[in-house]
Amino acid sequence: MNSLEDLEKKINSELTTKINNSEIKHNQIYLETDKDDFLDVILFLKTNLDTKFRQLIDITVVDYPENNQRFQVVYLFLSHEFNQRLVLKYSISENEVIPSLTSVFPAANWMEREVFDMYGVNFKDHPDLRRILTDYGFEGHPLRKDFPLTGHSEVRYSEDQKKVISEPVKLEQNYRNFDYESPWEGTKYIKEEIENNDKKN
Amino acid sequence: MTKKIKNLNLNFGPQHPAAHGVLRLILELDGEVVEKADPHIGLLHRGTEKLIENKTYMQAVPYFDRLDYVAPMNQEHAFALAVEKILKIDVPIRAQYIRVIFCEIGRILSHILNVTTQALDVGALTPSLWGFEERETLMTFYERASGSRLHANYFRAGGVHQDLPKGLEEDISNFCDTFPKVINDLESLLTDNRIFKQRNVDIGIVSKEDALDYSFSGVMIRGSGVPWDLRKSQPYDCYEDLDFKIPVGKNGDCYDRYLCRIEEMKESVSIIKQCLSKMEKGPIKSLDGKISPPSKKDIKQSMEALIHHFKLFTEGYRVPKDEIYTAVEAPKGEFGVYLISDGSSKPYKCKIRAPGFSHLQSMDYLIKGHMLADVPAILGSLDIVFGEVDR
Repeated sequence: MNSLEDLEKKINSELTTKINNSEIKHNQIYLETDKDDFLDVILFLKTNLDTKFRQLIDITVVDYPENNQRFQVVYLFLSHEFNQRLVLKYSISENEVIPSLTSVFPAANWMEREVFDMYGVNFKDHPDLRRILTDYGFEGHPLRKDFPLTGHSEVRYSEDQKKVISEPVKLEQNYRNFDYESPWEGTKYIKEEIENNDKKN
Repeated sequence: MTKKIKNLNLNFGPQHPAAHGVLRLILELDGEVVEKADPHIGLLHRGTEKLIENKTYMQAVPYFDRLDYVAPMNQEHAFALAVEKILKIDVPIRAQYIRVIFCEIGRILSHILNVTTQALDVGALTPSLWGFEERETLMTFYERASGSRLHANYFRAGGVHQDLPKGLEEDISNFCDTFPKVINDLESLLTDNRIFKQRNVDIGIVSKEDALDYSFSGVMIRGSGVPWDLRKSQPYDCYEDLDFKIPVGKNGDCYDRYLCRIEEMKESVSIIKQCLSKMEKGPIKSLDGKISPPSKKDIKQSMEALIHHFKLFTEGYRVPKDEIYTAVEAPKGEFGVYLISDGSSKPYKCKIRAPGFSHLQSMDYLIKGHMLADVPAILGSLDIVFGEVDR
């Protein structure tokens, strides 16, 4: 499709119920779908002659611990043919297993391994789901919002045991998160006022 | 009597000069032919994305220098563009030219390193000695503009940190005059060199289809004959006003990729020249006082400026709730930032899309059926830097 508006119309008319929400911003199209439908949507986007999203740019997850469906899985696509970018999203809860994309896009292999490593999301039918970026024997999923910035264990060379050992993190001073937001435009009553003004305008 | 022959498992790296950093490759060999390659990465993982979630937008910039550390400013550019688009601020034209100049310097830095070390990996020592001298000159330019040779921390959302010092523009222009001769010298050593060609021609061939499937970008996809360059197709900053060509390969082998890099360096020189001639005096960062810190002079005289300076460097500026994916054509390919802001002064999420990650992933596909000696040649032409692969 030549313009993003046409593309949005095309996607909505062809995939109707499979698309929950679509939006155009920043010169890209953002789609929301469901876990059960996303494979169909991706296959359509890849193969249809009017979309041709032939390249998977990246897969990632956003963690919203306060939501029931905690993880939002995000796929980024690029169509060289039409010079368009597309972002596809759907939400899953913590222990859900999602189908792997490796059979459609070989490039998904490491991207899914990274998601598994960083967020602990499991993929069905992935040929080789191992940790990728963290150390051998690492525990936990670092990019989850409840994983502390300092981590759980630290590594050092032990002179006594003559080997590298890992032990729980001991900090002389804890990581401090200062609250800089209190004065100036951060206070509640000013924020509310700004929001009210925005509404009026 | 028949003897059963077992495949040999070979551990290549993580401390090997030809591994270009800390790559550990587990190779399965049948004689000298590689049957399978399993790259183990992550030995340089520093948790950049986690750290950025805990820093203000301004504090996040230096982390981008440490990704692809041979072309630091190209990464900063992607992040700066992402924040600018969410904040909807304009970048003064002089700042755009400065940024493009330094991005192209970064491209030359990266390509010199790659071309010469690839030559080194296949047995030619001299190119690296000649090339690194030029890199040193270029890094001096980095230093004069930003204060440091490598980790520049120079780009800001809305422009650059400070204006170019006196005389730098002339020196860069002089460099543009002398550098093409160095490229020619390098070419005279390599392009028609029998050994270099024997080691690179028809090695690591990537077809157009596979380049798309494996999510290749940059030279890796152009070497296979796809004329795709984000500077042309999705221009950012002032690339639209500049005239440059996109070199494209034919066969998609290591040699074509080498030729593309050489041609790209020549184009970069021409881009820098155009920028220098078009550049005029003017502001170098956004005039919005809520985003750009005030000048030292103002801080000494105005209470408001002092307050803003303090708030900008403690709380930082707030970025409205939004999400965006922005990509730039980094020397190694498409470098992207997927940024989610939540209205506070820290990013909620910042996913970094590094080109090297998808390139290295295809190692198994590229190396299958090649000889062990081709591993460094292919690895070299992938242009891998572990700062960005491991993040």
